[in-house]
Amino acid sequence: MKKITRRTMLATAPAALALVSLRARAAKKYGPGVTDTEIKVGNTCFYSGPGSSYGTIGKSEAAYFKMVNDQGGVNGRKINFISYDDAYSPPKTVEQTRRLVEQDGVLLMLNPLGTPTNTAIQHYLNQKKVPQLFAGTGASKWNDPKHFPWTIGWQPSYLSEGHAYAAYILANKPDARIGVLYQNDDAGKDYLHGLVEGLGDKAKSMIVAKASYETTDPTVDSQIIEIQAKNVDVFVDIAIPKFAAQTIRKSAEIKWKPLHILIGAANSVAATLKPAGLDNSIGVVSDFFLKDPTDPQWQNDQGYKDWLAFMDKYYPGGDKTDLYNVLGPCFAQTFIQVLKQCGDDLTRENIMKQAANLHDLSLPMLLPGITINTSPTDFAPIKHIRMGRFDGQKWALFGPLISGQLPV
Amino acid sequence: MTEREAIALDAAAVPPEAALAKPLRLGLDRRRLLIGLAVAAGVAAPLVVQNFTIFQLTMVMIYGLAILGLNLLTGFNGQFSLGHSAFYGIGAYTAAILMSGSAHLAYYWTLPCAGLVCFVVGIALGLPALRLQGLYLALATFALAVALPQLLKSHFLEDLTGGVQGIVIDKPDPPFGLPIDADQWLYYFTLAVLLVMFAAAASLVKSRSGRAIMAIRDHPIAAAAMGINIARYKTLTFGVSALYTGIAGALGAIVVQFVAPDSFNFLLSVNFLVGLIVGGIGSIPGSLFGGVFVLFIPNLAEKVSTGLSGAVYGVILLLLIFLMPLGAAGFVRSAAAWLARLGRASTRQSTGKKTS
Amino acid sequence: MEQLLQQVLAGLATGAIYATMALAVVMVYQAIDHLNFAQGELATFSTFLAWQMIAWGWSYWVAFIVTVAVSFLIGVAIDRILFRPVRNAPILSQLVAFIALFSILNSADGQIWNFTIKSFPTPFGTKPLFGSGLVSTHQAGMVAVTLVMLALLYLFFRGSRLGLAMRAAAANPEAARLVGIRVGWMIALGWGLSTAIGAVAGMLIAPVVFLDPNMMLGVLLYGFAGAVLGGLSSPGGAVLGGFAVGIIENLAGTFIPFVGQELKLTVALIVIVAVLMVRPAGIFGRVAVSRV
Repeated sequence: MKKITRRTMLATAPAALALVSLRARAAKKYGPGVTDTEIKVGNTCFYSGPGSSYGTIGKSEAAYFKMVNDQGGVNGRKINFISYDDAYSPPKTVEQTRRLVEQDGVLLMLNPLGTPTNTAIQHYLNQKKVPQLFAGTGASKWNDPKHFPWTIGWQPSYLSEGHAYAAYILANKPDARIGVLYQNDDAGKDYLHGLVEGLGDKAKSMIVAKASYETTDPTVDSQIIEIQAKNVDVFVDIAIPKFAAQTIRKSAEIKWKPLHILIGAANSVAATLKPAGLDNSIGVVSDFFLKDPTDPQWQNDQGYKDWLAFMDKYYPGGDKTDLYNVLGPCFAQTFIQVLKQCGDDLTRENIMKQAANLHDLSLPMLLPGITINTSPTDFAPIKHIRMGRFDGQKWALFGPLISGQLPV
Repeated sequence: MTEREAIALDAAAVPPEAALAKPLRLGLDRRRLLIGLAVAAGVAAPLVVQNFTIFQLTMVMIYGLAILGLNLLTGFNGQFSLGHSAFYGIGAYTAAILMSGSAHLAYYWTLPCAGLVCFVVGIALGLPALRLQGLYLALATFALAVALPQLLKSHFLEDLTGGVQGIVIDKPDPPFGLPIDADQWLYYFTLAVLLVMFAAAASLVKSRSGRAIMAIRDHPIAAAAMGINIARYKTLTFGVSALYTGIAGALGAIVVQFVAPDSFNFLLSVNFLVGLIVGGIGSIPGSLFGGVFVLFIPNLAEKVSTGLSGAVYGVILLLLIFLMPLGAAGFVRSAAAWLARLGRASTRQSTGKKTS
Repeated sequence: MEQLLQQVLAGLATGAIYATMALAVVMVYQAIDHLNFAQGELATFSTFLAWQMIAWGWSYWVAFIVTVAVSFLIGVAIDRILFRPVRNAPILSQLVAFIALFSILNSADGQIWNFTIKSFPTPFGTKPLFGSGLVSTHQAGMVAVTLVMLALLYLFFRGSRLGLAMRAAAANPEAARLVGIRVGWMIALGWGLSTAIGAVAGMLIAPVVFLDPNMMLGVLLYGFAGAVLGGLSSPGGAVLGGFAVGIIENLAGTFIPFVGQELKLTVALIVIVAVLMVRPAGIFGRVAVSRV
């Protein structure tokens, strides 16, 4: 194989340009990494280190693309999904992203995972005009098409989830004494900001206790006692499944029964509620945009059955109780819709144009009624969530679809 | 800094007595030839490889510099540290804050600032470290590594550090309208800093102070008996070690263009330590090999297996320790000795044949 | 005032976790003269083994005993296969072997048993002990088991020939070899013992914090802190150190107003380092005297 050096690259550039313009006349427009048979797509995910529980998002996504390729690909093109490990370390993300863009020559970066990791590559990708498509984080800063036209988010923002909890509390317990437990990182603080913003002027008087934890803490008992001591009757639990399960179990043990609100990232029946005890979890409230595969109410749902069939055939080693294995395919399906809309015009510009042109797209594993909508001024694909209450068996969804965006 | 450069230049001059001893001069010449070749390769590298590889090589040099800092403390002075991620982080944040805030300092000025800040912090920590040894010192420095991300996130410093969100900085452009791009410029900039710092470290180790530092490592009681001020040298070594790693941190921030608190956790300290040991404890060029290891081995492990990359990484580590228990530098040394023996043996054999 | 009492109680309960781990840390240190950085991961691996046996339908106690026995053998095997070849390498090189072991086990756990948290049964029940529910019967049981292990180990190391031989082998291998102790096997035995203790610690801790591949990451840090605070040469001191770390941390987090939960670990570590300034070998540790 011929080695590509800077010089040969410079030498071949005019020829490549000529080729591109030739293709343009043939109504086929290709960006880097695209041929008649293949589209190269880059991704970074955490496969090692303390964040490796998220690695299955990348694995399930890769498995989904394998299924799509086996079925013929998109418009006859196979998707070559190249996913590298960044171990949740921003310097490594920069390295791996540059490897993907400059060495592997991918068309775009598809849902790189994590907030600090995405922040680290945002400037680089926008300078290079490489799409940072459907960033895999709930920070709200990805919806900023004016300053970062090459970056677009995907899931409901943590901020908007915080708004939704505030709206729920104001409507149902206007005189609540609120206690908050939050993880001391960007996600935890975003949720907290959302809650405070949503409560508005009343935030100061209503939030009576705040305590943070680190993921290296073995337990959060001390924090729970501190919060309980302030006579709290609404407990907003901004914690990953391990600590959410601990708080549910602990509050049952000490017979403390506030209105317990869990964040969307920690409401899996199998990953959080079962370890905590299903009986202990009765009455817990949370918000949703995906179908939890361990929730019995979806057992006969077509979207769930298809997902199950996909998991059995293409990712048999994957944990079928893990919500992250739902997330991966959903990212992939959204991207496939963008590719379909692009047709044979697979330039980076058109990818962004089509990603900002999604209308009422529903995915098999999104909750009924929740759809993906974007426009050139709206880079927040999923905006709606629904609230649900656990009844000891399943999540009973209630109330209308909530848009987390504050009325401006 | 200028003093350091002066020391480095001094050391580069051939000592007169070396000219007398012929075999020694030969050894010295070969060494200089090797260093010269390495520098030439370093200068030429960005002209032949892709930008992405240039970035990787720049990171290798930065990690190598950070590991050199740790090496000065652990390898040459025998003090154990799990806290060097904190010095790297403090250096990185010093650079990021000075470049992005109201100060708007030019990137090259942030290096001496980061070095100075870390030197002061290092001295301050070196003082209590005097009373602690071995594992107890490891725990104390480990406390620093654990505390730093929490302090960076805390509400006292949030206005300065950007809290959990971190700080994004711009990439500097090459100066004087040089016909190279930003990546190449940063590479050369880092290479220049690296050469100065490595030369300074080499001459420090050879100097009177260097011998005192190593005497403390090898036999503290004898060193004290010879009149070496142990407390002063230990504290100063802590400061200089922090300075090196801090400057590496500042370079890292400029090259990556982003700092966030959780990048500087104790796993980074563990990485530095692994790089130090694999490269060779007490070997200055070995530190650079440590940088190569820190950057490239995780990528290699990932190529073998995505799901089990951690396990593959562990197996590679074990193999390296089994194959070269004294690190890469020790391996090279013993390989060179073996080759020399082989060479001597073969010449003896051939001369033997001639006579018979 | 009531909150103070509650925080102290909760600190004791968490401290019991640290104390169990600190004891395991000190035992290894006594037996092999090193801190075993992979100890937490070994304990997690053992706990996963037990979990797997229980999932196969074995009774708790059968799983418990088999796990402890298997862990003992794993410890011996690790020493004979991995650590014997590097015994004469510099200490720091051996440290890398620990880090490698850590990385291998952590990665394998995740691959085999995935990352979803798992609940682990307890033989002591989880009923509240003093009404408040802060200390459950399980946590009391955990403390009891830790103390019983401490007593047994004390008897073993002070009273039995084998225990004395092991201590001699770790403390002064050369002299031990001269009096006819098979040092290599003593160290292997030490590994087995410490891995078995780690397995017990893991099975006691898992019901409280839930089982996942990263279960011991935080616990081990606190366990080290407790062991160093109490003194690495004193098993009893390590247990007390573990409890002390739990209480200091909770009180700092709750009652020092500008600290809050966000800096409580930092404060706890500063306290420990400050104590070490005064007593460089830990509170109950003996200062090693070096001969010239």
